[in-house]
Amino acid sequence: MIGLSHYLTVSAVVFVLGVLGIFLNRKNVIIILMSIELILLAVNINFVAFASHLGQVHGQIFAMFVLTVAAGEAAIGLAILVIYFRNRGTIAVDDSTMLKG
Amino acid sequence: MHPIFSSAIIAAPELVLTVGSLFLLLLGTYGGGANPPGNVINARGVTLAAVIILGIAGWAVIDAPAGRFEAFAGLYVADGYSAFLKVLILGAAAASMLLALPWLQAAATLRFEYPVLIALAALGMCLMVSADDMLSLYLGLELQSLAAYVLAAFHRGEGRSAEAGLKYFVLGALASGILLYGITLIYGFTGTTNFGGIALALSDGSKSLGMVFGLVFIVAGLAFKISAVPFHMWTPDVYEGAPTPVAAFFSAAPKAAALGLMVRVLVTAFGPAVFDWQQIVAFLAVASMALGAVAAIAQTSLKRLLAYSSIANIGFALVGLTAATPTGIEALLFYLAVYLAMTLGTFMVVMQLRTPDGRPVEAMADLAGLSRSQPRLALAMAIFMFSLAGIPPLLGFWPKLAVFQAVIDAGLIELAVIGFVLSVVAAYYYLRLVKIMYFDEDKVGLVSDGSRANGVMILGAALFCSPIGMLAMAPIAAATGRATASLFGLG
Repeated sequence: MIGLSHYLTVSAVVFVLGVLGIFLNRKNVIIILMSIELILLAVNINFVAFASHLGQVHGQIFAMFVLTVAAGEAAIGLAILVIYFRNRGTIAVDDSTMLKG
Repeated sequence: MHPIFSSAIIAAPELVLTVGSLFLLLLGTYGGGANPPGNVINARGVTLAAVIILGIAGWAVIDAPAGRFEAFAGLYVADGYSAFLKVLILGAAAASMLLALPWLQAAATLRFEYPVLIALAALGMCLMVSADDMLSLYLGLELQSLAAYVLAAFHRGEGRSAEAGLKYFVLGALASGILLYGITLIYGFTGTTNFGGIALALSDGSKSLGMVFGLVFIVAGLAFKISAVPFHMWTPDVYEGAPTPVAAFFSAAPKAAALGLMVRVLVTAFGPAVFDWQQIVAFLAVASMALGAVAAIAQTSLKRLLAYSSIANIGFALVGLTAATPTGIEALLFYLAVYLAMTLGTFMVVMQLRTPDGRPVEAMADLAGLSRSQPRLALAMAIFMFSLAGIPPLLGFWPKLAVFQAVIDAGLIELAVIGFVLSVVAAYYYLRLVKIMYFDEDKVGLVSDGSRANGVMILGAALFCSPIGMLAMAPIAAATGRATASLFGLG
């Protein structure tokens, strides 16, 4: 029987993968955008699992809002990425060193 | 009356901002002129209209009846606390729109999108401070952040600005994800996303590991938005890369909104878990004050210096939150009000100055001999620096005193001692800037380039930060007192 803890474990794994994807990846900004989506998906799994466990609808509504905002966030991220590419001709993470740090 | 109408009346400031920013977008799009400098008149017109809309929203905030009103089934709350912060936010946002005009015009990037984006960010910030549920908290925060990412990359033809936007976006999205993960845990373990409901679920003393994890994740996500150490790493880069007016905006209104939100979440939702978050906030405060004071010493870029200065100031404000008492929150709100005037004033002076060949001032060394080339601006800058350093009798001293008194009253004397020592360390680099302006040899001969409106705003901010500003302390104290009473449910 698959219970709440299974869902929470999957979501925790996906969340950690997303965070690691942002920090370990040195090659490509697109991968960072994908990692951000992974984090938000982990959040949604959590919300839906908890909502179903609690027998409520709040968490599912929250998940809908997260999906909507994630779409907007991806659009803005890609738009910024496009102007970045136009200026620099590359989207490699290692090259973003014009600003210290 | 149908609940949606009564809710709409309570949320009038946000509705004004929503309809207003959509109207501004139409005005800018149909206002003619495709690219700068062709549409300068249009951009100016939209800015003026945006300031008027912010003014109407501000009037709606002030005109609202006193008391606590919930709207949209408990998602939104209008009380004295949100009203105080909204006045600060709308004022800082309006100032950020006006101060940008001459700078952006000189950089040939004066586009109408700038005031529209700030109006949308102001809408998000007003929602943040009025949030009474994790859902409205998240939506307000994202609305503000999405507008801010675009603003950071506003100079889209410039590599530095695009890089600032990209860095801000990646780290901001990560922080939102962490915050959301914390919200899911809190939701799962308390069964509600409403602040009051969470407090109720926590108040029976049953605390699970999941709740503590959720709390830590939420505080971490919010700490990123106020750029508290150790979640500050984006701040200097973004301030340096973003256009200077945008950096001025980032250092002012979003900080007030995010800090206001953090206070409301911790005090109302996590009030029963105060001993859990007090330690975290104390760490954030000490680390921010220390890093802001020490790392700024080695800086040569003015914008990076101001970034570290804003980190340190957030640390001082968090000291007030650490006290977790009404006096502490009052001191924090007072600190925010004074900090906004100081930081906006400093940025305005920096933006006003140009080298004779029209280049904006970026390095600290460029300010050498300012007291002879631009004595009035140098005097204003000196007032802001002394005030930021917290030297009496300038106004910046009093909020520092208030937060330290609040933590001493709360029995956290160590924190006050650490804060006092670090404020002396921070005074070093503020005073070094004064020394550069007054005693170093003038090499460049800076010229002043700004509108009369900016001159008036600098004068106003300088008068407010000077000892004359002490006249404003009594009304501010009354306002912060009312705001805090409504937050703690006392008034």
